[in-house]
Amino acid sequence: MDDKTVVVRDLVKDFPGVRAIDHLSFDVSPGEIFGIVGPDGAGKTTTMRILAGVLPPDSGTATVARCDVVADPEGVKNLISYMPQRFGLYEDLTVDENIRFYSDLFGVRRRDREARAAELLKACAMSEFRKRLAGKLSGGMKQKLGLVCALIHTPRVLLLDEPTNGVDPVSRREFWAMLYALVGQGVTVVNSTAYLDEAERCHRVALLHQGRLLFCDTPARLKSRLQGTVVSIVSSEPRRVRDELTTADGVSSAVLVGDAVHLFVDDAERRIPDLSARLRGGQIPFDEIVRATPSIEDLFVQAVRKDSTRVAA
Amino acid sequence: MTPANGISVEVENLVKRFGEFTAVDRISFQTRTGEVFGFLGPNGSGKSTTIRILCGLLHPTSGRATVAGYDVVESPELIRRNIGYMSQKFSLYADLTVFENLRFYAGMYGVHSTELRGRIDWALEMAGLRGRESSLTGTLSGGWKQRLALGCAVLHRPPIVFLDEPTSGVDPLSRRLFWELIQRMSADGVTIFVTTHYMDEAEYCNRLALMNGGKLIALGTPTELKLGSIQGALLLLECERVGDAIERVRHLDGVRDVAVFGNALHLVVSDEAVAPAIRTALEADGISVAGLHTIRPSLEDAFVALTTRRANDAPTELSV
Repeated sequence: MDDKTVVVRDLVKDFPGVRAIDHLSFDVSPGEIFGIVGPDGAGKTTTMRILAGVLPPDSGTATVARCDVVADPEGVKNLISYMPQRFGLYEDLTVDENIRFYSDLFGVRRRDREARAAELLKACAMSEFRKRLAGKLSGGMKQKLGLVCALIHTPRVLLLDEPTNGVDPVSRREFWAMLYALVGQGVTVVNSTAYLDEAERCHRVALLHQGRLLFCDTPARLKSRLQGTVVSIVSSEPRRVRDELTTADGVSSAVLVGDAVHLFVDDAERRIPDLSARLRGGQIPFDEIVRATPSIEDLFVQAVRKDSTRVAA
Repeated sequence: MTPANGISVEVENLVKRFGEFTAVDRISFQTRTGEVFGFLGPNGSGKSTTIRILCGLLHPTSGRATVAGYDVVESPELIRRNIGYMSQKFSLYADLTVFENLRFYAGMYGVHSTELRGRIDWALEMAGLRGRESSLTGTLSGGWKQRLALGCAVLHRPPIVFLDEPTSGVDPLSRRLFWELIQRMSADGVTIFVTTHYMDEAEYCNRLALMNGGKLIALGTPTELKLGSIQGALLLLECERVGDAIERVRHLDGVRDVAVFGNALHLVVSDEAVAPAIRTALEADGISVAGLHTIRPSLEDAFVALTTRRANDAPTELSV
């Protein structure tokens, strides 16, 4: 247990009328990018705030870099950097001035600051924007500047609360490239997101729903937990495909996805010949019928459906 | 009010300049009646400017655009009466009840009093909010709010609905339910115009347009975009020591781009025939390769490849 960077045991946090976190437990290993993944209201921000030592839990324990965040919330602040959803960048200060402000706040020595700032700005392709006002940066660049400020004191653990919210795919990739470079330098990253496809980028993820942990595992192992398989059919008439195949043998559900239909079937290899024969018989055009990789969203939907049936029963 | 030719939005050589800056640079496209059309692009690509023009909120510098058969310059009021608009930050009034919000938007969109009750009933039914008419909107979960916002946006039966990141942050079950509603509306002939940064939302569109630097750089179905985006091939590399592997493969001949996905890398290569050389190079450095094979690009791979392609590269012809 000692070698874990983050240890969370049985955390509970209630807010008036709602249990935000319900007996949550997980570990994060050193050098991991660990994702806390779930929709709004899943308890992501509450978890991050507890780990950052800014919100005490009602019960349970949490240690970050061997520091007990409940007993010693101030002690943890030197070991971590916490980037909340609305990171406090000063819009009327330049990129350089924001970095200087955070360096002073974190007590970074001036000599170290210059070298560290130059290195971080280079890593996120922002070196030429040092004199630009933070308010004039694009959304993606603001996020990257937030990350630079959060990293200026070389923390051991980086806590990021929905850092890529509203950021376009190109900037998002650059942001992730920075995170991977950081873990290469020994930093551990805990990162929350409402986007289930972002879970694929993490080494391990905790999938949360309404304050409870659904699963905690690597993305690949999570997807292998999905019961059944997915068949994807690309067609110029996806609606006809769906209507024809919803009731076919072995098909449990069908979802229209753009120019394709995703069928959830018990056994893709076994069913594909029958499914294609049925489309040909109905003279429904299709370009492709293949076994597809299920997404983490598929797993989430299956788990939550099962959960609600159990509660109902 | 949808024109009989089956075209719901028509944009021809549209240009918008702000001073020296060309935000929208001669773009042309059409959407078909009843299609779910995705309009994508990075921040600053001219996407929002185009939407503002299409909603009749901003005049173009030159070119032409019609929405539901109405010219955006000549008839902005008619356009606003014929479109619905819903954003992730849709302004539902949290301290009004569900019913009060619906009545407010019905009034704003000019729903006739003889139709009012029927349309509100329809919206309650669609959103699954029957029995919750007097709940305060602020107390609803995200999925319900989303469906209520959609109900408010389509009370006046617009033939075209604009959705801006409609399901961002909503739980996956509600999200699927939402897209089922959208598919049903589209089957009834309503054109759905979606803007989003999230590729899992873009996947739900029948066709996608991709903007970059004010220009329309690609237009096609999600499958066409994925297949046409990468010049060469995309390899999935699963190996140990991912960090070292990036540095090792980045400068190899034929490797154009590297992106990390957890314990795997996506490599854009000039030709899949370079795979054996990549494997050899890694293994020579003691990095054992668990898997290396060609995969189909995801929409995100396509988006990144298309928007970062150098300006002097050939444009992508994906339009049918």
